[in-house]
Formats: sequence, structure tokens, C-alpha cells
Amino acid sequence: MTAVTTQAGNLRRAQAQRAARADKHQFSRAERWRRRGPLLPALIFTIVVTQIPFLVTIWYSLHSRNLLRPDSDLFVGLANYGDIARDSVFRQTALNSVIITLGCVLVAMVLGIVLAILLDRPFRGRGVARTLLITPFLIMPVASSVLWSMAMLNPTYGLFNWTLGLVGIDPVDWTSTYPIVAILMALVWQWTPFMMLLVLAGLQAQPKDVLEAAAMDGAGWWRTFASITLPQLRRYIELGVLLGIIYVVNTFDQIYLMTAGGPGTASANLPFYIYQRAFLGFDVGQAAAMGVVVVIATIIVASAALRLIFRSFDVKE
Amino acid sequence: MTATTTAPRTPAAPSTAAPLRPARRGSLGGGLLTTLTWILALGFFFPVAWMAMTAFKQENQASSNPPTWFFTPTLDQFRAVVGESGSYVANSAIATGVSTVLVLLLGIPAAYALSIRPVEKVSDVLFFFISTKMLPVVAVIVPIYVIAGQLKVLDNVWTLVVLYTAMNLPIAVWMMRSFFQEIPAEVLEAAAVDGAGLMKTLRSVLIPMVAPGIAATALICVIFAWNEFFFALNLTASRAATVPIFIVSTMTSEGLFLARLCAAALLASLPVILAGWIAQKQLVRGLSMGAIK
Repeated sequence: MTAVTTQAGNLRRAQAQRAARADKHQFSRAERWRRRGPLLPALIFTIVVTQIPFLVTIWYSLHSRNLLRPDSDLFVGLANYGDIARDSVFRQTALNSVIITLGCVLVAMVLGIVLAILLDRPFRGRGVARTLLITPFLIMPVASSVLWSMAMLNPTYGLFNWTLGLVGIDPVDWTSTYPIVAILMALVWQWTPFMMLLVLAGLQAQPKDVLEAAAMDGAGWWRTFASITLPQLRRYIELGVLLGIIYVVNTFDQIYLMTAGGPGTASANLPFYIYQRAFLGFDVGQAAAMGVVVVIATIIVASAALRLIFRSFDVKE
Repeated sequence: MTATTTAPRTPAAPSTAAPLRPARRGSLGGGLLTTLTWILALGFFFPVAWMAMTAFKQENQASSNPPTWFFTPTLDQFRAVVGESGSYVANSAIATGVSTVLVLLLGIPAAYALSIRPVEKVSDVLFFFISTKMLPVVAVIVPIYVIAGQLKVLDNVWTLVVLYTAMNLPIAVWMMRSFFQEIPAEVLEAAAVDGAGLMKTLRSVLIPMVAPGIAATALICVIFAWNEFFFALNLTASRAATVPIFIVSTMTSEGLFLARLCAAALLASLPVILAGWIAQKQLVRGLSMGAIK
């Protein structure tokens, strides 16, 4: 009885597979829409909420428009884009964006790898140590920004300067003398646990039998690390760098709260500069044009990155 | 000295679980590495501990130089913060809770249509969803502000609900898809043979199987929505302001505020800290959008 059912099951499964392969290219019209049905609400919602505002951004970028005088709308063609090309602050903030993003992601990744390797060894209280290490990532970014700019880096009562004073270094006004360094400290502190978690997952996904075989063959720690662990980790490191860039390039909270982009525009990144132009300078046309430029740059970087992500995520049709 | 004191710890650790550590490396080296690990762990945690400590101080102790290490703890700052933050917490709870529910209601069927009974061009749709995460928010904030102004929904918590839903939906679709793909084909066939429709299959077969995945997805959505600052800053004023705005508002230009700020920052971070501590494994999967199992 059981045998018959299984056989029937196998037959049915084979038929289903064949059918699935066959319909891949020739779903009936009704079937296509039945399949699309569950997807459409999410797709339409996302298109409406994210794409329509972006089309409006493109429209605004071709106009001279001021938030305070909504009636003063004037078509100016590509003039806003010409202004951006001549805007040295735009170039500086673009460079700051690159420095802050790459600086944070690379330093956090190196620290994350070191911490992950240390945490991959067995020792008493390992769970506690890991819990302590992930906590910075769980702090609300607004809270960690003020924690760093006030409690840690404040020139008069900050703990950091007090610690430096113990070894005889004079107090430094971090957020105005080295604003990007100060921002990077807060960002690296926040993002290192993220990188650590990804790399640790990679270390723990290593096939145990291969490692045992290597140990039996008398391969040393470094040899095992370089020829087995690193190639295995590559995928996880790429993924961490990529996701890190996606998240960190949009950093706003730390800059707004720690330095307000200052002194001057020394530590502003593109999101902060565009925000300033739109909500403090009320210059909608300029801000919109910058937004469009940023999106185009993002698309160029992202289309390379997405190929990588698709490989990492193993997306199959 | 340090090595001598910590060295006895190492032999207590199970030796079989240490594939990367060759046997010839002595317990001295192991003890040193363990000590280093603890120094780094405590160092990373220290700012959080200092924030928590400062929250229990009086204002003059909080901003003293040299720093105050020993003091009589007080709950004054917490009392003040809890008394003032009611409406901010309510707004954050609505924006976070409702947007997370909406994300799941929209995202679960979408993930189903991208994995179990797939539409054509699955990878194009996935590409579209993830690309909206790469669209810098700042590029769309001005139109959103103007449109919200024309619709008279500025300073309205439901505007945040809609935006947070859009912000988290792509992550949820990717994550839920990765959970659906782990469901064995036999289970789905059985449901199909029984002639169960979409809603029935989802409700009685799939959702119970991916419940841990739904929890992980919800956790990530809650974290991102609860912590969100940029939309809240630009689109709310007094009525719809959320917890991150409250933290910023405790910084005044007059007088000392560090202790109160730390109390607010600690309370605001506490829900996410606790959730993250409890669900560490789900956190990794969520942050990698389902790529790391």
C-alpha cells in the first residue's frame, strides 16, 4: 500500500516537474495573472512610494524653485546641472562621502575580521563576549552620535581627552579639529559588530572535515587560514563590504548631530549637503539636481555591485 | 603577569571544538588571545556602559572633568525623561508597529510569488526591490515633503507609517523569499494536491513553517523603523515627532543636559538592545537580507 502511494507520489512529482518546466515559457494568460496576483500589492506600493517622488525630483531638477516661494517655478533646462559642475562644495562633499564610506567600511571590516577570528576560538564566556561586542550596533544611531560627540569627544568633559591626558597628550577638540576622524570613530564603532557577525558566520560555516584533515596533515594555523579559511571567507567579506557601502553611504544622523557638516562644509557628505540646500537653503531645484546626480552615480556603482550580490545570494530563476 | 593569571582558563575549554588552533600552540598563547578578546569586548562595550552610568548621575557629576567614577545613583533623570516622552514613544510605537505589520502583509505574498509559485522574470523583480534600497533617501525627500504638504499630511504619524513600510519592504521580500526557498517541495505538492488555494496554503501550511523567518524579518523591520531619524526630522514637527527626535530635543543650549540625554538615549535604545541580544542568530540572517543562513 505504502509502496503504491510512494510510486504514485513519485509519478505525480515527476509530472509536476515536467509541467513546471513546460509552463516556464508558456503559462496561460490566466495562470500568469494568478501568479502575479500576490506580488502586485507590494510591487505597486513600492513603485508609487519610491519611483513617483524620484520622477518629481527629475522634474524639479529642471526648474528653479524655492521652497519658500512655491509660485516662483521657472523652467531652466539643465542650468541646475551646470551649477553643480561648477560647485566646488559639491565636489568636496562628494569626496567626503567616498572617504567616510570607504574609511568606515574598510576599518570596520579589518576590525571585524580580527574580532571574528578571536571569537571563533572556544573560551569560557564566549557568548557573553559576543553579546558585548554586538551591542554598539544595536544602539540607536541618534543615541550613539550624541554619546560620541558629548560623552566621549567633548573637549572639556569628554572621556577620550581625559584618557589621552593620562598619558600626557593635550586635549583636542575632536569634532572641530578632526571632524571626519570623529565621525569615523562613531561609525566604525557602530559598524564593526556588523562586519564581525558576517565574518563569524563565514568562519562557522567552514566544513569541519576539511579543517580536521588539514590539522591531521600537520598544516599550521597560518597555512590553514590562508588556503582554506580565507577563500571560504571571501564571499562573506564581499557581502559585508557591499552591504556596508549601501548602508554607510547614506549616513546622515552622525554628521547632523556630531559636526553639522562643519566646520564650514569640511565634514559634510552628499546626503547632508543636499539636505542643507533643500531645507536650510530652500533651493529645491539645486537640491533635486544633486539628488539626480547622486542617483546616477549610485546606479553605476550599484549595477557592478548587484552582479556580485546576485552571485553571493545565489539568485536563481 | 596577565598571561599567568588567565592561562588556567584554557584547559577548561573543550579541546575538540578548536579545529583552527593547532595542538602545539600552548595554553599560554591561548590565554593571551582570550585576554585580548576580553579587552576588546569590554573596550567596545565601554561607551555603552559609560552612557548607562551617566544616566544615573546628577548633571554636575555627568559633565565633570576629571570624570566622576563613584557617585550615589539617582533615578531623577529617568523620571524626567519618562514624564516628558509619552507622546514621542506613542508615535514611535505606531510608526514602528503598524509599518512592520504592513510590511509583512505586503511582503509575505510577494515573497511567495517570487519563490514558491514564481512569476516570470523573478530576478528582475528582485533587482528592482533591492535597487530601491540603493536609491539615496535624500534624493526623494524634497518631493515627499512637497507632496505631503499638498496632501496636508505633514507632521502626521501615518506619513511615517507609509514611508517606513516602503523603506523596509525590499528587505522583507528578500528575507522572506530566502525562508520560503527552504521549504521542501513535497510539502507544497501535498498542499497543491489537496487543492488548497493561495490563502489557505499560506495560512495553514507555509506561514507556520516559516514562523521563525517571519519573526526574524519583523525584528529587522522594527529595528530600522524604531531607529529612523531622517524622515522624522524633516516631516514631523510637534504632533508626530518620534523617539529619536525626543533625544535631540533633550539637548538644550542652556545648562547641563548630559545625564538626562544619556537617560533618554539608554531608554530609547533598550528595546532594540534587548531584542538583538535575544535574537542574535536571526539578526545575522536579517542584516544580510537572508543571504547568510
